Amino acid sequence: MSAPVLFRRGRVIDPRNGVDGVRDVLVRDGKVAEVSDAPLPVPPGAEVVEAAGRWVLPGFIDLHVHLREPGEEGKETVLTGCRAAVAGGFTAVVAMPNTKVVNDSGLVTELVLSRARAANLCHVYPAGAITKGLKGEELAETGELVSAGCVAITDDGRPVMNASLMRRALQYATMFGVPVMVHEEDLTLSAGGAMHEGAVSTRLGLRGIPASAEVAMVARDLVLLEETKGRLHIAHVSCEGSVRLIREAKRRGLFVTAEATPHHVILDDRAVGDYDTHAKMAPPLRADRDVEALREALVDGTIDAIATDHAPHGVLDKQVEFEKGINGIVGLETALGLTLELVNAGLLDAKRAVELLTHGPAKAFGLPGGHLAPGAPADITVVDPLEEWTVDAHRFYSRSRNTPFHGRKQKGRVVQTWVSGRKVYADGQVKESR
Amino acid sequence: MRHLLGIEGWRRDELEAVLDRARSHLPGGPDTTHLLRGKVVANLFFEDSTRTRTSFHMAARGLGAGVLDWSPSGSSTSKGETLLDTARNIEATGPVAIVMRHRSSGAPHLVAKHVRCVVINAGDGTHEHPSQALLDAFTLRQRWGSLDGRTVLIVGDILHSRVARSNLWCLKALGARVIVCGPPTLIPPGLEAMGAEVTHNLDAVLPQADAVMCLRLQLERMGEAFLPSTREYSRLFGLTTAREERMKAGALVMHPGPINRGLELAPAVADGARSVILEQVSNGVAVRRAILEVCTS
Ligand SMILES: [Zn+2]
Repeated sequence: MSAPVLFRRGRVIDPRNGVDGVRDVLVRDGKVAEVSDAPLPVPPGAEVVEAAGRWVLPGFIDLHVHLREPGEEGKETVLTGCRAAVAGGFTAVVAMPNTKVVNDSGLVTELVLSRARAANLCHVYPAGAITKGLKGEELAETGELVSAGCVAITDDGRPVMNASLMRRALQYATMFGVPVMVHEEDLTLSAGGAMHEGAVSTRLGLRGIPASAEVAMVARDLVLLEETKGRLHIAHVSCEGSVRLIREAKRRGLFVTAEATPHHVILDDRAVGDYDTHAKMAPPLRADRDVEALREALVDGTIDAIATDHAPHGVLDKQVEFEKGINGIVGLETALGLTLELVNAGLLDAKRAVELLTHGPAKAFGLPGGHLAPGAPADITVVDPLEEWTVDAHRFYSRSRNTPFHGRKQKGRVVQTWVSGRKVYADGQVKESR
Repeated sequence: MRHLLGIEGWRRDELEAVLDRARSHLPGGPDTTHLLRGKVVANLFFEDSTRTRTSFHMAARGLGAGVLDWSPSGSSTSKGETLLDTARNIEATGPVAIVMRHRSSGAPHLVAKHVRCVVINAGDGTHEHPSQALLDAFTLRQRWGSLDGRTVLIVGDILHSRVARSNLWCLKALGARVIVCGPPTLIPPGLEAMGAEVTHNLDAVLPQADAVMCLRLQLERMGEAFLPSTREYSRLFGLTTAREERMKAGALVMHPGPINRGLELAPAVADGARSVILEQVSNGVAVRRAILEVCTS
């Protein structure tokens, strides 16, 4: 039994429970025991965290993380990914199934979960594949995946191009109550493209990926969703057209949720600069108008969650011709700082920002945590909103360094991360206990 | 020393300095074989182009340089050597410049970030082909003296054309008005932001042009359904003799070559009085000498 912990006089922001103010938070037995306006007495043997001037938040939940294990342990492992997560304030991550042995069976799910138990840092929730081998041909065994511990199914990294199969996936998954998470990309429209199609791709002479490659698939899947009464989660929304369709679908009461990545709401296609492969991702960084639309969607609730799409790659995957560069960037250790850029710029209020990192994702996938009411798991992230720091990719806990944000100045930083009442990150150090 | 990765970003006076130098490199000019004597220029051609490669080769020799000709056939790229590995190996032989042709847009930019010698882009993917644009501009200056106030019409597959992009930057910088014309499927978005006027109606703009630059139609792309047929392309965008008659008096016809005769250009137009196509080719060496000279000095 761990000692009680008292977080004293921090600004507690707990959007689900409508809390935003100075509170004491008492943790006992890995759960939140009490949240109080008035100062609480220090229980015997308790650890005290002086949190005045800091934010005491529900632990962040990332719905979209690539841990690369099994199969590409040189890029990341469950352990190194969990270190990066807690260093970034995340107490729970959803692990994508597109590993080199695809998570399309209970066996792989169990392997990931056993690695996560061994790492013993944050909660890892595997997502299983929609189709066997992510081939888009036959449904994987959703029932087995869910009973082994998967919280969603997705072929992330690839769209399900076959509309009939997608329709059945949505129908079939209704039996298990898990969301079908989709990477929306019509491959016939995106074929050969290396970045967003627009003035920048024209200037650089790179084949463009039109926004319609995403929007057309969002439209298709919303039509299928309505018909199947299923549950759809749209990953890494990148453009204005998608936002408009999702907003309208929500208004009509469809069970659709959506996420946006920090990079899509911070950068536009101009970040490609002189063929910088660190700005290469799928979906690509879009035009400034799309970035505007995403920011509005974060504010008005069209987007439910900020998710990083943490995608570790080696140096050699990026030090190549732009067209050959592999898609994706790491995101766990920069997510808070980038989100706070919007807050510091007055584009997003702090409470909504916290909601997008906590209750929003928890609710979208039906995960525990994401709030601090008594009885909730004591997954807590302490943030210093004023600390200024500079992103240094060489100091990432992630095994990979592929980020376009190296050297970027940030204001606001994670100072402590607690998972189930245990301190797993503090003072810049991950606290292992294995 | 300075890389030539593209025309974009070069100022008018800098471009004019290259074009002015090129004049002294024309046949019959002063001896220039001392300029790069004892130096090596590496020709790094990942994509075949006999014309551009030979032109750069002759230019380097004319400046007294040795030429290292490198092409990937049978070499290590097929064994997984990366572009940077190759470039660093070439760099280790100590060239004063790497002249590079590559099928990926931006490949020379990547190499330039990692080597210490000058990198000259001899065509990268569908991005830029700066030496072609300079020799086109040189040819026009020979005829006109100045490009100020002139209208150049670029016709054809703008989307896939590195020549179009480089010429757009170059012609605009030198004071010309540029109109681009082609079917909407071959016109990328955002050209207006680069200073071009865009049209799909060749006949409407043809009488305004002081020069018409026909681009090569890349027949290998026909399978991608950019166009219904070459026949229809020729009917809508081909420079036929009938169209030629409606051009301004004295207006010029250009083509970067190689020509699909009868498709972009009627043979009689390609070989006719307006055509400066052969002058473009012969000016190529002088302009590339000037590029090598200016970039390595
Ligand atoms: Zn992903």
